[in-house]
Amino acid sequence: MFNLFVLQLLNGAQFGILLFLVAAGLTLVFGIMDFINLAHGVLYMVGAYLMAMLSALTGSFWGGLLLALPATLVFGLVLEFLVFRRLYDRSHLDQVLATFGLVMILSEGVKIIWGAAPLSVSMPDVLSGSIPLLGPLRYPVYRLAVIAAGLASAVGLWALINHTRAGMLLRAGASNRAMVSALGVDISRLFMLVFAFGAMLAGFAGAIVAPILSVDPGMGESILILTFVVIVIGGVGSIRGAFLAALLVGVVDTVGRTFGPILLRMVMEPAAAAQLGRTLAPMLVYLLMAAVLFYSPTGLFGRKAAR
Amino acid sequence: MNLRPRLIAALAIFVGMALVPPVAAALGDPFLTVIASRMLVFAIAALSLDLILGYGAMVSFGHAAYVGVGAYAVAIGARFGVTDLLAQMALGALMSAAFALVTGAISLRTRGVYFIMITLAFAQMAFFFFVSQSSLGGDDGVALTARSTLLSTDVLESDIAFFYTILAVLVLCYGGLYRLTNARFGRVLTGTRENPLRMQAIGYRPFPYQLTAYVIAACIASVAGVLLANQTEYVSPAYMAWSRSGELIVMLVLGGIGTLTGAMAGALITVGLEHTFAAWSEHWRLGFGLLLVLVVLFSPDGITGLLKRLGVGPRHD
Repeated sequence: MFNLFVLQLLNGAQFGILLFLVAAGLTLVFGIMDFINLAHGVLYMVGAYLMAMLSALTGSFWGGLLLALPATLVFGLVLEFLVFRRLYDRSHLDQVLATFGLVMILSEGVKIIWGAAPLSVSMPDVLSGSIPLLGPLRYPVYRLAVIAAGLASAVGLWALINHTRAGMLLRAGASNRAMVSALGVDISRLFMLVFAFGAMLAGFAGAIVAPILSVDPGMGESILILTFVVIVIGGVGSIRGAFLAALLVGVVDTVGRTFGPILLRMVMEPAAAAQLGRTLAPMLVYLLMAAVLFYSPTGLFGRKAAR
Repeated sequence: MNLRPRLIAALAIFVGMALVPPVAAALGDPFLTVIASRMLVFAIAALSLDLILGYGAMVSFGHAAYVGVGAYAVAIGARFGVTDLLAQMALGALMSAAFALVTGAISLRTRGVYFIMITLAFAQMAFFFFVSQSSLGGDDGVALTARSTLLSTDVLESDIAFFYTILAVLVLCYGGLYRLTNARFGRVLTGTRENPLRMQAIGYRPFPYQLTAYVIAACIASVAGVLLANQTEYVSPAYMAWSRSGELIVMLVLGGIGTLTGAMAGALITVGLEHTFAAWSEHWRLGFGLLLVLVVLFSPDGITGLLKRLGVGPRHD
């Protein structure tokens, strides 16, 4: 039982790390530009598809990853140039509509190019197999590598935001956009960089998850909504909040699915416990979100004024 | 505010739609009536969204959840021997009201992008709730054995009688919402939309009004859901998928927000377009999405602004 718990905890952490990679770019876009982007989830999907295509093309996982990262960065830049920069000053309703249209275009485009059937990406030999953790417990190396890559990205992001000039401008832009612009900083170029960088992080998440999950056209939608939950819990614009909330959501979701029914079985009969567990498990993260919001309407680390 | 043209336009929609079944019969194309039924069902749903989005400026991205709850009220009712349409509507409205009261009270504590994301997340929660109900078909949903009864008769089995029933419900909903939005309640709601601070200064607390509007909209959406389940004779979680909520917003904005008439026109146009595009190509969503992005980008005030310049959108006071 304890081993199962450790296993699920690790799975939850791995899922949370992925959520963080997708949420990091999105929370900055929300926080700094007050811009709602529904199309961020499809960037994750595009990253996975590019990874599938490029790793098949180069015949190697590493070659695919190396090419997929700049490809998603360029993709983000193109989208920003064509669509998003025209939307920053618009109402939330216009932003919702345009990015919803973009979701339709990109998911359908992916279906046209790669077909609706799921694709798979093979794991690199170095990272396949599993290593012993505690006694008889073994854990796949690849999943540990995903956790490590995500943590490394989080540390890099932290250093970038707290210890570089670009990061300083970013923090300044998040707290007072007009003032930063008045001080002579080209805010639209900053936006473009933030956006493209966020797109690359989401693409990176999609690329590294491709060998574990199947790559299919629906993958962007399911992660988008969980990302929203993460951002709402963590507080819009807060990277630290996004990191903690992503781990929390990942762990609660994964552990809840396994241990919810087990805990319920202690207090009720097995059949009812199984049904209730199945019902409650997928709702758990949303209940968590509701509880956090009830306590603090701007999330755990959000600024007090939501707008 | 010039209301007359809007009332006349609404009346024209009702009369025009009422003529569909005889025209379909004359053309020998009964499928026309089926599509028109679908248009009317979504017109009811779009009307209800207009109350909160158009009049209350609450951009809810989870409105399809209430349509779905209404649809499930039919499946749940049928299981317990409640087959009457009106009883199922009452059941759906009750379930929706309870869900909207709790989630609305939490969502309304926030504003802006938070509100959009939270309504979306709550709708997704409802979606997963019904996906996990294996007794109701889970992911696949359930087929209904028959349409609901109306006052212990099975008149609704006739597509034409069913069509006119939906039309009657639509007219009732429009009438009710028209009265509501022009009453003091509606004034407070629009006042809050324009300037919440000023409304508070003159002594109104927006929260109870907004929450009431949210619950009323949820109830009307669930009525649309009861009719949708009967129209397709099928109930599935797909009705409350997040893309459905997006489509409802598209309908509303295409027709113009905050006018009621526009919501109905938008629903008719969108369902019509979907059917036309779908007949051309299975990849119709690509074209639809492209249309959406282009219209938002190349019209300075978004779609409403474009329509306003064409003279069909909302004319604000």
